[in-house]
Amino acid sequence: MNDALFALLRNGQALPLGRVPELPPAEFRAAVLAAVREGRRLACLCADPDLRLYAVLAGDRDQLLLAVRTRLDAPRYPALTPECPQAHLFERELAEQFGIIPQGHPWFKPVRYHRSWVPDRDAWGRTGPIEPAVTEFYQVKGEEVHEVAVGPVHAGVIEPGHFRFQCHGETVFHLEIALGYQHRGIERALAGGPHPLSLKHAETAAGDTTAAHAWAYCLALEGLAGAAVPARPDRVRGVALELERAANHTGDLGALAGDVGFLPTASFCGRIRGDWLNLTAEACGSRLGRDWLCPGGLRFDLDARRAQAMAARLERVWADTRDAVELLWGASSVMNRFEAAGAVDPIQAREVGLVGVAARACGIDQDVRRDHPFGPYARHPVAPALARPGDGQEAAGNVHSRAWVRWLELEESHRSLRAALESLAQGEPDPRPGPLPPLAPDHLCVSLVEGWRGEVLHLAVTGAQGRFRRYKIVDPSFHNWFGLALALRGEQISDFPLCNKSFNLSYCGHDL
Amino acid sequence: MIHVLLSRLRQGHRTLPYPKTLPALPERFRGRPEFGPGACAKDCRACAEACPTEAVQLRPEGPRLDLGRCLFCTACTDACPPQVLRFTGDHRLAARLREELVQVPGREPRLAEALGRELMGVLGRSLKLRVVSAGGCNGCEVDVNVLGTLAWDAGRFGIQFVASPRHADGLVICGPVTANMALALRKTYDAVPEPKIVIAVGACAISGGPYLHQEEQLGGAAGAGLPVDLFIPGCPPHPVTILDGLLRLLGRIRP
Repeated sequence: MNDALFALLRNGQALPLGRVPELPPAEFRAAVLAAVREGRRLACLCADPDLRLYAVLAGDRDQLLLAVRTRLDAPRYPALTPECPQAHLFERELAEQFGIIPQGHPWFKPVRYHRSWVPDRDAWGRTGPIEPAVTEFYQVKGEEVHEVAVGPVHAGVIEPGHFRFQCHGETVFHLEIALGYQHRGIERALAGGPHPLSLKHAETAAGDTTAAHAWAYCLALEGLAGAAVPARPDRVRGVALELERAANHTGDLGALAGDVGFLPTASFCGRIRGDWLNLTAEACGSRLGRDWLCPGGLRFDLDARRAQAMAARLERVWADTRDAVELLWGASSVMNRFEAAGAVDPIQAREVGLVGVAARACGIDQDVRRDHPFGPYARHPVAPALARPGDGQEAAGNVHSRAWVRWLELEESHRSLRAALESLAQGEPDPRPGPLPPLAPDHLCVSLVEGWRGEVLHLAVTGAQGRFRRYKIVDPSFHNWFGLALALRGEQISDFPLCNKSFNLSYCGHDL
Repeated sequence: MIHVLLSRLRQGHRTLPYPKTLPALPERFRGRPEFGPGACAKDCRACAEACPTEAVQLRPEGPRLDLGRCLFCTACTDACPPQVLRFTGDHRLAARLREELVQVPGREPRLAEALGRELMGVLGRSLKLRVVSAGGCNGCEVDVNVLGTLAWDAGRFGIQFVASPRHADGLVICGPVTANMALALRKTYDAVPEPKIVIAVGACAISGGPYLHQEEQLGGAAGAGLPVDLFIPGCPPHPVTILDGLLRLLGRIRP
């Protein structure tokens, strides 16, 4: 183990920048690659305007985060991607943002199609207007091979993205996904913050993941300010996160049923998802949990009466959910379609660094709530849902595995919600938190939250004035879009909607 | 099969009786904000200074609150201890004109009016809409989407979300319209046959919302050069707010 080369920190812990080793570029590269070979996961790789690179590796077995940085002499360095596919999108991103060229990157293209943040330093030397997805795509050539282009505007109420399929008849050889249409400049807006809109920007990084992103933002600020959150608001934050998970998993299971033409579950779950969202609205007034969390605690605590009322409603919603979802597992027509589509090889899943539901569906045992506990999860643990190899079809990393993991998680979320609401039904709410103390200057803080799709990571680096020099957000979708491309290989193109829904990744969370 | 039938029995009939009766909204629901009858403390500017999107402005002629910019975030009401400024439970927010989203004390809000007779003749009983997600957070899409579920069942009113702009009578636009979506949005708009309408859902599509200062976006549907026929504020608007707006546009709910 080469842990000595890194700063070791816990989830949400702030560290003076001086204690984050700044290695020469070659040693930085070697250290990151060695750590990944030893089984660490590249959770974040990003740059700042001063040609610094930061890497955060997750040691999921020992509850550690490993941070290291380097200072480049010139805006180029030998790419990590050829030896570490997990770095693929991160290196394209830092090239696009800061004009730093990862030399030897095997697929060197923009990620979001915006101008470089550093004037006159564009990694591709672009000077004219930049148009999204106007680029070369991976192409398969041959007799009867054809290309199908879809999007950005898709059929349905869905976010924009451009998909290129290389097909032979019905069979997909390769899918390449070009995003960036939702890019609205969130990280650029966060720089120099915290601003009055910064919490809003975190909440809206991915609107269906409001609680997870808001919590990660709060954890980062609380770490940098040295503020502790009392147990009760922490428990309520857990309620917010698990309600968000339950609502989205219910919606996804219904949508998966819809995509294989199984209408009972599809229509029941469409409504029941709303019931979960309404539980969130009961607590904070907003169905998506907007303005529920705030740095230091909560804007809306749950008083005992409200927690009691919610506990009773929870059981009714849960009974409906179970009734609707269990129909799936008994319907052979559904099982047949779920099991036959969208398999991701577990070895590849590990190599490209999948997280969350998609990873656990491949039998990869990771969950931030257990591996890097935050909020109430150390004292009130949840059991990660895992599709185990050899456990029937579940570890096959296919559509069924992803559906099944969601179902196991729903059960666990319900259990944890019931316990939390019962406990919150006693005691007094905490007063609203006052403003946080100032953020520590020249510090780094990394916060992780297990959102419903997977790991939400926020990385904050403060400058001399205690304001963000760099604020980096990694939505789980950023790790997982490539998993969808892998799932399509060898599939029928007509199964794309089903495979896509089984990941249900965020476009806006990726595009920021 | 028997399980499906039994489930059907257990799940029951759940379509909300709206608009005959209004579904119970949560106690903490934040509807239309208003300036109450109380008096502001002398020289107090707390609400305007707290608002992160400059939706609340204190001008010499009096305070004004722009629903098109409001994120319903409680920053202003938290800053106003005498509760002159407060959120009501009124879910009806939609307006036909941008300036009608601006609230001033003592003036009754003007709710959206129905389409003119000619358009009503074409669209009144069957309104097919194409949703374009143009750079927001996907939150408004969540609450537009639920109108199609059996809880709200917008199909009862002839309102349906369709997959192709060619099949649509109009666009529902969510998001601030990013520079990267401008061309795709324009092409989608052009593909909708005449006569057509445009509906802007959410603070982003009306004003840029929380991204209003970002140069990566155009400030919403109108900012992108589209003629907007209906503005539905919120961040995101509650489904009942969206449906209220659509039904007013179709003359199914009169002021």
